[in-house]
Amino acid sequence: MPAIVVERLERAFGEVLAVQGIDLQVDEGEIYGFLGPNGAGKTTTVRMLTTLLLPTGGHAEVAGCDVVRQARQVRASIGVALQEAALDPLMTGRELIRLQATLQGLPPAAGRKRADDLLERVDLANAADRRVGGYSGGMKRRLDLAAALVHEPRVLFLDEPTTGLDPVSRKTIWEEVQALNEDGTTVFLTTQYLEEADQLADNVGIIDSGRIVAEGTPEALKGEVGHPHVELLVGEGAVPEAERVCQELGKLLPPKDGKRVLLEVEHGAADIPRVVRALDEAGIVVESLELVRPTLDDVFVDKTGHHLEREEGAQEGEGADEPESEAAPA
Amino acid sequence: MSNLATSARVVRALGARSIRQTFRRPQLISPIIVFPTLLLAIQTGGAGAGIELPGFPPVQSFLQFMLAGSMMQAMMLAGNSGGIAFAVDIEMGFTDRLFAAPIPRFAIVLGRLAGTAALGLFASIWFLAIGLIFGAHIEGGVPGALLAMALITASAIAVGGIGAAIALRTGSASVVQGLFPLVLVVLFLSSAFFPQELMVEPAKTIAQYNPFSFIVEGVREPIIAGIDAKQTLEAVAAIAGIILLGLVLSARALQHRLRVG
Repeated sequence: MPAIVVERLERAFGEVLAVQGIDLQVDEGEIYGFLGPNGAGKTTTVRMLTTLLLPTGGHAEVAGCDVVRQARQVRASIGVALQEAALDPLMTGRELIRLQATLQGLPPAAGRKRADDLLERVDLANAADRRVGGYSGGMKRRLDLAAALVHEPRVLFLDEPTTGLDPVSRKTIWEEVQALNEDGTTVFLTTQYLEEADQLADNVGIIDSGRIVAEGTPEALKGEVGHPHVELLVGEGAVPEAERVCQELGKLLPPKDGKRVLLEVEHGAADIPRVVRALDEAGIVVESLELVRPTLDDVFVDKTGHHLEREEGAQEGEGADEPESEAAPA
Repeated sequence: MSNLATSARVVRALGARSIRQTFRRPQLISPIIVFPTLLLAIQTGGAGAGIELPGFPPVQSFLQFMLAGSMMQAMMLAGNSGGIAFAVDIEMGFTDRLFAAPIPRFAIVLGRLAGTAALGLFASIWFLAIGLIFGAHIEGGVPGALLAMALITASAIAVGGIGAAIALRTGSASVVQGLFPLVLVVLFLSSAFFPQELMVEPAKTIAQYNPFSFIVEGVREPIIAGIDAKQTLEAVAAIAGIILLGLVLSARALQHRLRVG
């Protein structure tokens, strides 16, 4: 049975359609990466799937229950880790997890035990009695994740869990998500980081302006936009001759600058010796060579005509999917 | 565990959190205790001779007369602080954590009101203790003190309900905070700090129909004279009306918030 089924899901805010009839399906035990820039509709979609916002059209089921008609059953089956600000800075980590256990209906003794176990698991046992306001960004995210796991949910929603984190904290969260998934938890992960979706997700949905523009495994999506290419840095003045040689080996891509030759290689790394041999035989010195595979950004560009990474960089640190009102008008 | 028992546990846990939150945030606790205590001290020290005025109800001391008003003021500011704290929760997204839990969503409002009620009870004990320490008599004895405490606690739920409704509707702590002067206006246009009989128009007429006058008289009577059934019933009716209004407004505001996200 699929863990999440979404059919023609819509959400309008007045005249603005933030989510425009999306369809998606997430299988049990899968990590689904929901990738898109700020304002694309990621958070609005998550809020509808977690019953925090009513859809204005379409239908969605999570863990076999309708998000509108069976909202309470949905809430009993899901864990939700929202953005950093959803933590109360005046509470201690232990108080927060225990409160979450109470909210999920765990008996007091079981809640206390579960809180201790989870704080240990996310490496916050030593900071458990400190107020959350004094935690670092990484500690807050780990605490948020622990809170979402109190009742061992079937489906875990993580809304931009690593936005604004340093690389070490980000890696820790990734490892925890992977471990959870190995234990059988289905994970729906929104992110604006290409690498995160690429590393973690079994399947990726790319959303832009409230519409899903591409969906599939990261490899399949990248495969759709073309083959890998090699970037050859050759000596000054050798570019025209290198291009002539490479033209006989495959398709040349538009040059980035006057020093590099970009050659599409159908078989990836297996084609490199052939390229090097041909250039060597022509007497061309190769200063460096790099095999470049298509990225999810290439997929994004292919589907939308603009880069995701540039927008990501521009919005870095804001850590939010809002304002949704920037989405396309209805 | 039954749904009702789980909901009761949730209300208790959220109430406890609300109390902790108030005591950990000085800007929430100081208006409840510090401000009304200072006002009580200033008014008692400066206007104590007021009890000699013709028409002033027979009281042992001005402090004895003022205790009900101070309790009312603290209770109303507790309700306002509860609304501010609720709005802060909405602003920082904490209520999303609560709304995403498999509990009846109105339990979230009730949890907040439970905390406000506890603060109202605390304020009533605080001011009764101050009164006793500084020589005021509680004419109704222990039953009178308990009645005053019960009425203040219930009033805190009533005022807290209005604060919660405004917080849910606006989602803005600054809007709820902006109601602070209104709390004082409502109090000064009641018999909280001055006998209704000595007021001039139009304040006198407004105070006559102000539901908070009925509550304050219900709290004051057991302190200055003894338990009076009629005034107690009038206070209970006023409290019940405000509670009903607060709950209806909160329920509607909650629906609105869930609809707009």
